[in-house]
Amino acid sequence: MKYILKKGFTLIITLFIVSLLAFLAFQVIPGDPTTKLLGTEATEEAKAELRAELGFDQPVPVRYWNWLTDFLRGDMGESYSYHMPVREMLGEKLVITFLLTLVSFAFTILLSIPLGILAGSIRIRWLDSLITALDQVVMSIPPFFIGIVACFVFGITLRWFVPGNFISYTEDWGACLGYLILPALSIAIPRIAMTVKMLRGAIHRELEQDYVRTARSRGAGRGDVLRRHVFKNALLPVITFLAVSAAEIMTGTIIIEQVFTIPGVGQLLLASISNRDFPVVQAIVVILAAWIVLVNFAADLLYQLVDPRIRLR
Amino acid sequence: MKKLIHNPFLLIGGCISGVMTALILVGYVWTPYSATAMEGSKFDSPSLVHLLGTDSYGRDIFSRVLSGAGTSFWIALCVVAIGCAAGILIGSLCGYYGGPADLILTRVCDSITAFPSILLALVIVSVVGGGAVNVVIALGILFIPSFARIVRGEFTRCRDLNYIRSARLMGVSDARIMFCHILPNTLPVLLPAITIGFNNAILSEASMSFLGLGIQPPNASLGSMLSDSQIYLKSAPWYAMSVGGTMVLLILGFSLLSEGLQRQARQN
Repeated sequence: MKYILKKGFTLIITLFIVSLLAFLAFQVIPGDPTTKLLGTEATEEAKAELRAELGFDQPVPVRYWNWLTDFLRGDMGESYSYHMPVREMLGEKLVITFLLTLVSFAFTILLSIPLGILAGSIRIRWLDSLITALDQVVMSIPPFFIGIVACFVFGITLRWFVPGNFISYTEDWGACLGYLILPALSIAIPRIAMTVKMLRGAIHRELEQDYVRTARSRGAGRGDVLRRHVFKNALLPVITFLAVSAAEIMTGTIIIEQVFTIPGVGQLLLASISNRDFPVVQAIVVILAAWIVLVNFAADLLYQLVDPRIRLR
Repeated sequence: MKKLIHNPFLLIGGCISGVMTALILVGYVWTPYSATAMEGSKFDSPSLVHLLGTDSYGRDIFSRVLSGAGTSFWIALCVVAIGCAAGILIGSLCGYYGGPADLILTRVCDSITAFPSILLALVIVSVVGGGAVNVVIALGILFIPSFARIVRGEFTRCRDLNYIRSARLMGVSDARIMFCHILPNTLPVLLPAITIGFNNAILSEASMSFLGLGIQPPNASLGSMLSDSQIYLKSAPWYAMSVGGTMVLLILGFSLLSEGLQRQARQN
């Protein structure tokens, strides 16, 4: 309990620092946002008025406080380009990106753990080498290239789907999930290969431990030792790695959304970066960063739940 | 030689990355066709005249892949050089002297590595603008923590070893101890880290250019070419496949090399 409180406290501090950095990063941008909003021919009075309206005439700490409290209430400011609340622009896109992340993460866990355990328990030398080699190759394929190959094979050659099309969950949940499977797999496949490599390595390391020899000498079978002792210990480092994966997958969606033209947060982020629409960029960055911090927090808690040794520290 | 046979990772990885590097180096001085000349007919499929076919402007894809890979290679090299040099400096100072500065810097490094570098690079580029130079600087800075961490670990491990103590007693200066005595001993750990870093740099640059935030046209890197080729996936699938294939070979070669180096270090 004390551990959770301590971790929770660090979590809040981290979130605070992250929000502060995200806020400050967009304060050093050269150029006056009012010129962008009103055009270069606006009068000085109009600019000053708008500056006052947006709160740019106040000192930075006050602006940060206002921005943070607004953000926590769900008011993320207004887009420079579209003159609509950022929150409205994000709504549906955020759900799509989260769905994509979730599906991809599910694939990563469901496929990598069984495959990793399998790869770790194989004792046939050449098969083990073959798996290691294959794993190394799969790890080296960038997700966006997997996506392009998938578009070519399943979209253009087999015509299972039309590349560039997308059906949102607001229209049809099933079809939406269907459209998310290939993008999710594209992100997941290299991550799966990395997790398998890690799990295989962890199992091999555990097998060299003294407790394995002791258990075997007492007459426990190899399979028994693996199942009852080795897997439990070998899975521990994988939990931390999966947390890193959850963060990587979330940012991986930014690129994969471009490949499959999925109308998610990534597309909005890139469009906003090229439009220099900073309120939108800022909101997305804060949400993504908060997600990453939260995932790491969850992994910490999970880790101490599974490994009682940590609680004693 | 005997070691190489017992370490297939090092052997195969060295071969692949050696051939790729050689091709890229040749590409800097000579390509079969000019990478920008629109000489051939549009969308020729691969043949002996155009090894990998031609693109939408009739440019020879093999030549373009060579020069694009050259750009990616060069950028990745710069990124790793910045990250590694600064990382060694910070890591060695922190590891050798310790103290509160070390604590703070380690914390900062840990926090930076908690976030995917692509996300941070996107933030930096959205503030300062895209382009090759900005991407190199942004990625270079983001690569510092991973190197600093490794070097710091090695320095804290080494600083109290007997040979360092003796050197100190003999009155060898701190700078000489750090860079002439400890640094060479970090190589078995540093070398795989550099090759992995190089891979990550290739991948990050490709991602940034794929998103249109890295290399700007008319220059091309593997990432921007892959994003171009996606439009012609139906009429010229070989375009995307050759660009992507080059990227995979490049990354695979260096990842095998780094795996081999790690195994080598563990054996010694």
